[in-house]
Amino acid sequence: MTQGANTSSDLTLLSAAAAAAAIKRGELSATELFEAYRAAAAGDELNAYLWVAEDAPAPVREGAPLAGVPLAVKDLFCTAGVPSQAGSKILEGYRPPYTASVVARLAAAGAPLLGKTNQDEFAMGSSNENSAYGPVLNPWDRTRVPGGSSGGSAAAVAAGSAPWALGTDTGGSIRQPAALCGIVGLKPTYGTVSRYGMIAFASSLDQAGPLTRDVTDAALLLKHMVAQDERDSTSIGFAGEISLPRGDSLAGIRLGVPEELSGADVGIEAGVVEAFDATLRVAESLGATVETCHLPHAPHALSAYYVLAPAEASSNLARYDGVRYGKRVEDGGLVGMYTRTRSQGFGPEVKRRIMLGTYSLSSGYYDAYYGRAQRVRTKIADDFRAAFERFDFVVTPTAPSVAFELGAISDPLSMYLNDYCTVPMSLAGIPAISIPNGLSAGLPTGFQLCGPAFSENSMLEAAYALEQALGFEAAGARIHSA
Amino acid sequence: MIDRAQVLHVARLARLELTEDEVARMSDELSDVLGNIEKIGELDLDGVPPTTHVVEVSNALRPDEVEPSLPRDVALAAAPAVADGGFLVPSPQADADPS
Repeated sequence: MTQGANTSSDLTLLSAAAAAAAIKRGELSATELFEAYRAAAAGDELNAYLWVAEDAPAPVREGAPLAGVPLAVKDLFCTAGVPSQAGSKILEGYRPPYTASVVARLAAAGAPLLGKTNQDEFAMGSSNENSAYGPVLNPWDRTRVPGGSSGGSAAAVAAGSAPWALGTDTGGSIRQPAALCGIVGLKPTYGTVSRYGMIAFASSLDQAGPLTRDVTDAALLLKHMVAQDERDSTSIGFAGEISLPRGDSLAGIRLGVPEELSGADVGIEAGVVEAFDATLRVAESLGATVETCHLPHAPHALSAYYVLAPAEASSNLARYDGVRYGKRVEDGGLVGMYTRTRSQGFGPEVKRRIMLGTYSLSSGYYDAYYGRAQRVRTKIADDFRAAFERFDFVVTPTAPSVAFELGAISDPLSMYLNDYCTVPMSLAGIPAISIPNGLSAGLPTGFQLCGPAFSENSMLEAAYALEQALGFEAAGARIHSA
Repeated sequence: MIDRAQVLHVARLARLELTEDEVARMSDELSDVLGNIEKIGELDLDGVPPTTHVVEVSNALRPDEVEPSLPRDVALAAAPAVADGGFLVPSPQADADPS
């Protein structure tokens, strides 16, 4: 690390909230901060960015709460005039005519666009190896994956080339890469953040959320994301405000540990279980009670998810036909053009999910797959409701393993198991956060808390108290970026 | 087990053209994934209502007022081919197999 005042690496060591405060106090120039991050993003060696801003943005308005702290944004958010390709060849070079509501909202709050981050194609993946633009490398160990699908956002924040980033989570795509990169990732309650302008994967599950260096930054970014939006008929917004956490105690907090999602016997790596158990002891030392609980249908969540999400995807991705935007491959006629375009434009995992979804929605199979999966979804939401009668939060390891090596997992079923601990909350639509939970074999692990719908404020308080006690921040992954 | 004929049928529904290699791989992989998914068949789900959406929002409507939308040229700007202010597509009659 470079020593001395005000070198650009010093500036990028500040948390987003600290940088915003320093700008407001007049101690830091927003232009200098942007330039420091722009240089870091342009020099990124992890393939975390697909596009980096070339020019400094227009000055943010006086008094804007985020004060000009720049934001990295997952490729699948539409940004007017800026490439928005969802990690896919079928959208190569696509520059949308409008900007996603949440990105526009954050820009208005004073967080200008720094760059677009790499991701698994159409957010389908858990390793970022499904990007049509090459895999992202994990800043902790460049032979390993950063997780996915928001892997570019996670790697950029962990490596310090972005102060914070937007991701999307359909079955764990914010939380799992946050865990594998040693940062904070939050999936809000479904409906709190507008989906307008988010390139759709599975509309009943997709939700935007923050990837940040610490819990305070996650709260600050989320505070300016939540809103009802007339352009998204499923958006609800958030009653009241997201507040910045400040508590340091968990006195009276009841944590439930679901047997189905937490032990070595359900396939979670020993080192991950060890780190998780150690954090449970820390929680107890802060005054929490920790008890075993049950989510009897959670072991079936992955099956239900891999029916529902591909079914919705097969329908959402029907729009890529070479007519209105993106790639077109001519083949004489119209149906031939659709077919050629899609066959050459989509990558293998996207084709697999379209096939899976089309099959489970097809005549004769609908009831056995799609209909049953929707009923399993009801049971999973009921399990959580019952748990929250006895517990404030349900806690689990975020991912079953630490970051694995590039190319290590080749069969789809094994890859899908990465989402084992994160998919149940997605199906239930409830908020969940992953915080850094110490290392296993030198690599980060994540601790996941989830609570009832709209419990973001109390969830952030609990996560903050744990974060302070765990003291992981000092070992932040950005020191590995050199 | 998803056989070759089923793979080809589903691919046609999804407007995908698979190579011989892809057909073989898809048959194995889909069989594998669906085999695992079939475990939900063991659950007793009689009388359980389906969840189509996790939040209770019904008929989110706004006043039906005319507002400006994307100008035509902007909406057409990213299209692979345009003509006379519309999206230009090849003729369906030129399809070898129009299904």
